[in-house]
Amino acid sequence: MAKLSLNGICKSFGKTAILKDISLDIEDGEFVSLVGQSGCGKSTLLRVIAGLETPDSGEIRIDGARVNDAAPKHRNIAMVFQDYALYPHMSVAENMGMPLIMARLPLHARLPLLRHLAPAHARERPGIQRDVAEVARKLRIEHLLDRRPAQLSGGQRQRVALGRALVRDPKIFLMDEPLSNLDAKLRVQVRREISELHASSGLTFVYVTHDQVEAMTMSSRVALMQGGSILQMGAPNTLYGNPDTVDVARFIGSPEINILPGTLEDGVVRCGEIVLPIAPAAGGGLRSGPVQVGVRPEHMVLETVPELAYPARAGRGLSLTFRKQTIEDLGGEVLVHGRLDGHPEHDVRIRAQKSEAYGCGGSLSEARDWEVRVNPAHILLFDAGGMRLRAEPVLADDHAEPAALQGGLRKKLDLV
Amino acid sequence: MTPLLQDGPSRPSRFDLPALWRAVRPRSPSAVIVTALLLLGAWIMVFPFIWMVSSSLKPTSEVFAPVFTIIPKTFAGLGNYYSVLFDQPYPRFLLNSLIVCVGILVVQLVTAIPAAYALAKLKFRGSTILFGTVVASLTIPINVTSIPIYIGIVKVGLLDTHVAMMFPFFISVFAIFLFRQFFRTFPDSIIQAARIDGFSEMEIVLRLILPSAVPAIAAFSVFSFVAHWNDLYWPLIVVQSQDKMTATLSMMQYQQEFYTDYGKTFASATVVTAPMVIAFLLARRHFIRGITMTGVKG
Repeated sequence: MAKLSLNGICKSFGKTAILKDISLDIEDGEFVSLVGQSGCGKSTLLRVIAGLETPDSGEIRIDGARVNDAAPKHRNIAMVFQDYALYPHMSVAENMGMPLIMARLPLHARLPLLRHLAPAHARERPGIQRDVAEVARKLRIEHLLDRRPAQLSGGQRQRVALGRALVRDPKIFLMDEPLSNLDAKLRVQVRREISELHASSGLTFVYVTHDQVEAMTMSSRVALMQGGSILQMGAPNTLYGNPDTVDVARFIGSPEINILPGTLEDGVVRCGEIVLPIAPAAGGGLRSGPVQVGVRPEHMVLETVPELAYPARAGRGLSLTFRKQTIEDLGGEVLVHGRLDGHPEHDVRIRAQKSEAYGCGGSLSEARDWEVRVNPAHILLFDAGGMRLRAEPVLADDHAEPAALQGGLRKKLDLV
Repeated sequence: MTPLLQDGPSRPSRFDLPALWRAVRPRSPSAVIVTALLLLGAWIMVFPFIWMVSSSLKPTSEVFAPVFTIIPKTFAGLGNYYSVLFDQPYPRFLLNSLIVCVGILVVQLVTAIPAAYALAKLKFRGSTILFGTVVASLTIPINVTSIPIYIGIVKVGLLDTHVAMMFPFFISVFAIFLFRQFFRTFPDSIIQAARIDGFSEMEIVLRLILPSAVPAIAAFSVFSFVAHWNDLYWPLIVVQSQDKMTATLSMMQYQQEFYTDYGKTFASATVVTAPMVIAFLLARRHFIRGITMTGVKG
């Protein structure tokens, strides 16, 4: 259990800057995911924490102690690798026992043949075997202890790698895309097991992945990285609902958020049929100019035919005209591709329940216009440079209508 | 594959002419041509050996006879082989060869494996230049460096010793190059996992790299051992006394200024070659597997 803090970490390979001034604090017992596309520096950052790479500048502290110059073995960390990195010619038991042998036995007691003369060897061996057996039982791999890695399936190797990391009782647990070599079904299972492991061990976890679903489901906090910097760090729900930049919004959430160009003028955002008066959030100002309007596919609600309509939803939010083009059947849900009126060039995705999509009338393969509704509170605004515009939609109600909504605009904005 | 080469039920158990014919019968005209070419190649390879063995059974006068016969007209084999095996300390020569070959191989492995690991897996300033130097050294033959090395050996007073025979070969750039290429295929993540687990770099080499490199080490050992067993050039330069002679060098004893006993020279050559040939025939499968086997999968 440990607190990890990084301060101003920079690292370049040759002329390429891989990490640019990374600072982050990870509290004791947190599960932090470093997520980003390949090449964003997340694995390098993990290896800097592990001590496998030396940063060009910056400070790494574990529990307040500077560890920049400490060798990996002295940092009391454990790491699980993408390809498991098991020692190929050793049995599972030897693989798992290796960190303990290295930590508990002096050099002369590790040498072949000579070790049998060393008292430390005889003294420590039973303890090592006991600890290995205990971790193996916890991970349900006791029956595999005598096998070689080559005789194991991917999921079993993954457990052995976890076991080898766990057995030494580390302060910090580092994982470098540990699930990416597993098949989809196993991935979901191991994902849950890792979450349980985190909950039961109470260790600090740092988890690297390119899969935002893994990051969102397992972490207490997610650090989204791009081009060697942390774009935003926060709870999964914060990154999803309250992204700082358009890149964060694009990366988090599947399918990807719809981003449409619009303009901001006199406190009103106009983007095709979307016309939304906004007020600056506390402490912010609004400058007129081009903006980017983001709506998540799951926040676009199909306006169903009246008899299937959810009464609670009917008549709320912005009403938009959507020209359906293709439909991907995801099983219980569908992903509908099409165009919004006023944005003939932008593919817009809508995620909806299959029954709702059917409820819109007409066969699914037929191109036709649908009405979709968007709650203004779900609309994310970004300026032309991609930074979030913190602004509140000015909500209209029956009693007080903002001035901008009068006249023809009234029809479009139909709020609670 | 012709059934003749296969073990198993298709092989005729007794001498059976029709079956034998079925086995060797040509399948097509191209097979005849291919077989003829292979036979020719085999003859070119094997003939020097036949010639050596045949000449070892002849008196010197017959070795130079204008007409070559495989079976000697005058059988001098008994005398030739007796004098090779018993008129000189032949076991001593074998032991010298063994000491030299094993000594060279051990030091070569001890120096080449860590060097190759460093060049393959460690990042340090100048590693590219160092590796370039290793590759460049591959092109320098022993003959170029032999005079300076010889003078050096004379100066330190090691002439006519086992060490003198081994010294120039202690560092094998070929081994460094071969192992470096082999080690490069070893997964980096395993080495990193080992560093986190607390292995020292030497332990990484000994516990992880070495077991995975057994095929490469076996292949190199065969090359090195055979090369230095058969080496005549260097022992001839640095060794004079009979009790330091290697088996290969001992052949030269029958060459004198005015008379060379070629029958005995060839008998000696046969005896010297025999241990290697026998060892190869016995362990043929292992040698071939060692050379063709590559890599490990974790």
